[in-house]
Amino acid sequence: MPDTMRGAAAIVGIGELKPERERPDRDTISLLTEACYLAIQDAGLTKSDIDGLIMEPEIQQTASGFNAVMAEHMGIFPTWATGCDVQGAAGVVMAVQAAAYVNAGLADFVLCGTATAMDPRAPRPEHSRRTETWGSEFTAPFGPVVAANGWYAMIARRHEMLYGTTVEKRAKISVDQRYNANHNPWAVFYDSPLTVQDVVNSRIVADPLHLLECVMPVSGACAFVVTRADLARGMRNKPAYVLGGAHSIQRNNLAHVGEISISPVGQASRKAFRMAGYGPKDMQVLEIYDSYTITVICEMEESGFCKKGEGGDWIQEQDFTIKGNLPLNTHGGQMSYGQAALAGGCSHVSEAVRQIRRTAGEHQVAGPTDLVFVTGSGGLFSQQSAMVLASEAAL
Amino acid sequence: MTTPPPYTKPLPTPSYNSRPFWEAAKQHRLTFQRCKACGARVFYPRDICPGKECFGVGTLEWVESTGKGRVYSFTVVLQPADPAFRPDVPYILAVLEMDEGWRMTTNVVNADAASLKIGDRVEVVWEDATAEFSLPKFQPTKGRSSRRRG
Repeated sequence: MPDTMRGAAAIVGIGELKPERERPDRDTISLLTEACYLAIQDAGLTKSDIDGLIMEPEIQQTASGFNAVMAEHMGIFPTWATGCDVQGAAGVVMAVQAAAYVNAGLADFVLCGTATAMDPRAPRPEHSRRTETWGSEFTAPFGPVVAANGWYAMIARRHEMLYGTTVEKRAKISVDQRYNANHNPWAVFYDSPLTVQDVVNSRIVADPLHLLECVMPVSGACAFVVTRADLARGMRNKPAYVLGGAHSIQRNNLAHVGEISISPVGQASRKAFRMAGYGPKDMQVLEIYDSYTITVICEMEESGFCKKGEGGDWIQEQDFTIKGNLPLNTHGGQMSYGQAALAGGCSHVSEAVRQIRRTAGEHQVAGPTDLVFVTGSGGLFSQQSAMVLASEAAL
Repeated sequence: MTTPPPYTKPLPTPSYNSRPFWEAAKQHRLTFQRCKACGARVFYPRDICPGKECFGVGTLEWVESTGKGRVYSFTVVLQPADPAFRPDVPYILAVLEMDEGWRMTTNVVNADAASLKIGDRVEVVWEDATAEFSLPKFQPTKGRSSRRRG
């Protein structure tokens, strides 16, 4: 396979709205439009420069023709547009998809984004309660847990049984990410420090998962602009080059296919690293999709940062804070920054770009940030994406 | 004799694929599909085989399960997605691995959540939810300690 994509495209503009627990006055299209406007301006472009569009509709929305909806709303009329339907893997997948498009000559400036205005505290509509279990008649009659908590609890229980990854060990992820959030004024938990004991003492939401091992749902939006490397070099921001990326699907329903403690990112990361010409040991910053503590641990194992099953112990030896040896989820991650549904996964991409540009401010990593590993995760360990982003220095 | 209260939890919504499963369930028979072409064990019900390198169309046949298996993983539910389950909290939601090599999501009942373990032997026990639908639930296999044997 020729490495035609390696370094051929870069993210040159990012736009994001601060995660908020409630945004009763705004709808999803409004939030996404604002984030897109911010991304275009950040890139130093005008609306008429945008000739490619990839918009991921809000989770569980049947947004037929969503690109057209957004195009009309934004007053942007592209000559290439496709959808994206990969749930929480959207951030990385949109970036890689856009990189392929500009590399193929289908567009010069591709605008990507997703948002949610969902009020996380509002009662869930009837249809949502019945369908959010990914399932169907073979799950709904047996009383699934709210959101994905029950399924990830089953993953955590198997990992705990097979490898001894107890809450005391998993809590390390929550705690180090919280430290990073405590340095990011945009994080919903900016003001609240966290200890391992806090995590262990937090209430159980779905045995064995505790509350402080889970994401914090928020409203928000995230967008970015991708262009060709030759165009990126003349632009106002330091480009974040896409060195490689892949997306791996292993199942839809968690119950039926394969060992559930193995997450799909293994295949995707091996392909992404091969394209990039780098390996896990070369990565200086990790922006790893965090829906739960166990999600991060499994993704790091599958991506080759440690051996399968050793994650629980290996993470104890790492310092994942912005001052540490292997900074992880430097914005706080979805657990402490906030998860704006699918835009939550997009925040790993925008944060990677900030770290590469070295514009993250208070939560900027002190050490080198030329090579960043980014992942996304959709569904119930259903589909995961991996990408290597780099500065000019690491090309 | 009092009339049982009406069943308020979600019921199956059979499709042309799954109707045979629920018809058998009404007779307290647990069934799954097996591919005549490649031998794959298939669940949930389908009409085309997903087996590795198999292109079987119309090759899936219904087979009766022994109704015996092991706990593959489970959670203790405290926050059900559907409020109709609130009176049952806490209850066990589990993925089971059946002896024939297929998996299903269900409840483990008549069990102590604190001592239930992955690998525990379970057997089907039927809950007649309505006249139309019986739900396959499972309970720990009685009489012997067979934890993680074999």
